[in-house]
Amino acid sequence: MAETIKLEVTRYAPERHQAPTSQSFEVPYRKDWVVLDALNYIKDNLDGSLSYRWSCRMGICGSCGMMVNGEPKLTCATFLSKYAPGPVRVEPLRYFPVVRDLIIEMTDFMAKLRSVKPWIIREEEKPLSEGEYLQTPEQLDTYKQFSMCINCMLCYAACPVYGLDPLFSGPAAIALAQRYNLDSRDQGAEERMGILSQHAGIWGCTFVGECTRVCPKHVDPAGAIQQYKLTAAKEWFKSLLMPWGAK
Amino acid sequence: MVQIAADALGCQVKPGGLSGTPSHTAYHPRWYRERVSTYWWLWKWRYLKFVLRELSSVPVAYFVTLTLVQVHALSDGPQAYADFQRWMTHPVFLTLNAISFLFVLFHTVTWFNLAPRAIVVRLRGKRVPEFLIAGSNYAAWLVISAAVAWLILRS
Repeated sequence: MAETIKLEVTRYAPERHQAPTSQSFEVPYRKDWVVLDALNYIKDNLDGSLSYRWSCRMGICGSCGMMVNGEPKLTCATFLSKYAPGPVRVEPLRYFPVVRDLIIEMTDFMAKLRSVKPWIIREEEKPLSEGEYLQTPEQLDTYKQFSMCINCMLCYAACPVYGLDPLFSGPAAIALAQRYNLDSRDQGAEERMGILSQHAGIWGCTFVGECTRVCPKHVDPAGAIQQYKLTAAKEWFKSLLMPWGAK
Repeated sequence: MVQIAADALGCQVKPGGLSGTPSHTAYHPRWYRERVSTYWWLWKWRYLKFVLRELSSVPVAYFVTLTLVQVHALSDGPQAYADFQRWMTHPVFLTLNAISFLFVLFHTVTWFNLAPRAIVVRLRGKRVPEFLIAGSNYAAWLVISAAVAWLILRS
């Protein structure tokens, strides 16, 4: 008989259950299978009603984030062999409301992402005839790391501050704001500072640092937030020492 | 709507409050939101380490206060200072100071290790490696400690 591994998967049907429960499944244990392969096996062969999000299978789309044995993980990049002989506990991302089974509600994250204006803001667009906004490799290098974010929300599931204070803007949104602040083509830093230099923004962060550790794209949101704090503190001192220079 | 708005904000709507907790309908899904335990930091070493690091600010404040008391005793003359020194040899103070010292060490080391995340220095377009930023902090700590030790111990 082929080797198997046990998966303990969270089930929640809002129309029937008061609270989520755990259901066990035995799936084939294969060294080249990731947790997402095991979930797909369950859906195809054992229980078609299992609900979860996934898309690209290659760590780019950011859809398949779940808690695997209590750690936020992209299930497409987490091998079963890491947890052999099992069991493997698969739960929805922590701190988000659960819609069904492994699916979480992400409206809150999307609203926070929009609120920090993660796009290039120009005071005045230059005419097309003047060509592109040029950038040197050094200028690109200053923000490139923060631009690798795939919005998978693992950092939110790792952040106890977000868990305790749902108004906190959160790691990914602040890291993306910083990505545009550091972009040489952008002129919206001041606008974003007004939004993020509040308590629910950068100052809500207590630097637990878990967001950076769980990030599958090595974005370092914790670093972005601390650097943002430093900039905000410098701006505040500047406005204190030179009030006439403030706009 | 009340439940959706409350869920989005992370609040709990009390059953019986307002119009009661609505049940699930196709247009009114009932999300499940888990409450964060008060002891969330106890079961994982990394979270516990974070809470200890935050708590270490209390021993730091204690040492600052103790230094102020010491300076005050010094200004009150030799008798007051001798009294202060005698209190410090009491087992309660010895234990308290030893524990506080360990916390302050922990505070310093974690602070220096985190410094490179916040301080980005670029030299000729390249980011200065993290170990150099942390290393310069440690070096400054050593030099200042040596200077203070020299100042105190030279007589």
